[in-house]
Amino acid sequence: METKIIKGNEALAEGAVRGGCRFYAGYPITPQSEILEWMSWRQKEVGGVFVQGESEIASVNMVFAARALGARAMTSSSGPGFSLKQEGIAYWVSAGVPAVVACVQRFGIGDGYISAGQDNYWQAVKGGGNGDYHLITLAPNSVQECLDMAYESFELAEKWMHPVLILSDGTIGQMMEPCTMPVMKEYDMDQPWAAKGTAIGEGENKVITDITYFQDIDEWNAGYIEKMRKIQKDEQRWEEFNIDDADVILVAYGISSRVAQRSVEIARKKGIKLGLIRPITLWPYPRKAFEKINKNCKGIVTLEMNMMGQMLEDVKIAVSCKFPCYALATAQKVAPTDEVIAFCQKVMDGKVKETEVF
Amino acid sequence: MLNEIVCAGLGGQGVLTAGKIMMHVALEKGLHTTWFPSYGNEMRGGAANCNVMISDNKVASPYADHPDVLFAMAERAVDTYMKTMKKGSIIIANSTIIPKDKEYRDDITVIKVPATELAQKFGNERSANIVLLGAMVKHTCIFSKEDFEKYMCSYFESQGKGKRNEQNIKAFEIGYNYI
Repeated sequence: METKIIKGNEALAEGAVRGGCRFYAGYPITPQSEILEWMSWRQKEVGGVFVQGESEIASVNMVFAARALGARAMTSSSGPGFSLKQEGIAYWVSAGVPAVVACVQRFGIGDGYISAGQDNYWQAVKGGGNGDYHLITLAPNSVQECLDMAYESFELAEKWMHPVLILSDGTIGQMMEPCTMPVMKEYDMDQPWAAKGTAIGEGENKVITDITYFQDIDEWNAGYIEKMRKIQKDEQRWEEFNIDDADVILVAYGISSRVAQRSVEIARKKGIKLGLIRPITLWPYPRKAFEKINKNCKGIVTLEMNMMGQMLEDVKIAVSCKFPCYALATAQKVAPTDEVIAFCQKVMDGKVKETEVF
Repeated sequence: MLNEIVCAGLGGQGVLTAGKIMMHVALEKGLHTTWFPSYGNEMRGGAANCNVMISDNKVASPYADHPDVLFAMAERAVDTYMKTMKKGSIIIANSTIIPKDKEYRDDITVIKVPATELAQKFGNERSANIVLLGAMVKHTCIFSKEDFEKYMCSYFESQGKGKRNEQNIKAFEIGYNYI
């Protein structure tokens, strides 16, 4: 297979194309514009459709329509652009439309900054739009994973008839690494669930919209909640390093997990027993990973590019508050490895107060 | 063996390209590599830098916290990165732009090459980054001269800029042979 050096964002776009994406609509915003730029020429090459919508709201709803017709369709954004898409995404969920969205996180509230961040965690995994839902959320931490996750995302969405979110960040999106290209998947948009033209007098037209309009609400609710519980049980993914004998365990996703892993490597050489749990799915949160933590572990530290330590609450739930939990949340920068190791050392020595959840 | 390299200078000096060439050569040699850029909104004149990691093993963090090599095209690069560099590390300094009396840490080797001036004499100031790459390859043990020249050319070919390869090799050798 062919190996190319590309940016994370380009890999994400190419992965989607090779995974059968034939409709993309979006609106430019740093640091994810390379996805849109790549799609603008690549869709033409593969006989797909690229639309630069007049806004994020238009784009997310175009994707709804294309996906309802059966085509593998996606959109992407960042920061305030991702906020604008939330209403549309909630409609995808209620209609059971297996579309894909990528958010390449920037840092900041409102307009924010063009550089990387991880402060969209709450918005991404705790809902975003209205109603009881989570998106199946994948968090790549390399250029290769940007490609692989996008490549797989439509099948995952179709398996559950539920949207998938790829939650990347500005660093993973902008960095370049060698990336191996998988074969192009063929996908037939003529799916049993898709809307198709119906000739006059030949049966009923299929309407794909908020499903609760057409079904008994209690019946719909029961099926939906059963599905969501099953996703929660079946789709947890994570990676772990050196957790068996770890005195302190780091928990990090995306770019922070790369720094955390380096910190573990350096610390272990110095005899400091650090370990790492790297959630690959952020919803469902990989609670199973935390079952293996040894009882002598002195603390769990999340490493995050935000101010409030947004992921901390999920860690506390995962360990039922049985271990002291801390957040090393350093806003728009990932803490350098020295700082990570020094913080973990202080946790080991019992010199840090447990971090409160916001 | 992990090499943490920072290429830094001003926008328009070709520091991001220098880093991309290193990454491309590393990949061709079967090494693991990452490249991460940082730059301002300006196309020219603002600070520009990239972190290049090259290793025998999978690279965890793409951030060069403690550089082994600083590829410095402008004075600001030295001011920004020298303090975090490892003991025994090396600075490849473009001494046309960085003042002659610049003070450096005494536990760092500094190779001063007037890359911009050499490139001007050679007839193309924009080759200063390639001149400095020549000096870097000579004074570090990351790449051999033959490999670097070969794969630098294949990098430019992959970018549709292969017709300047003869010139690029000349610029590279001027830097390589300077000290």
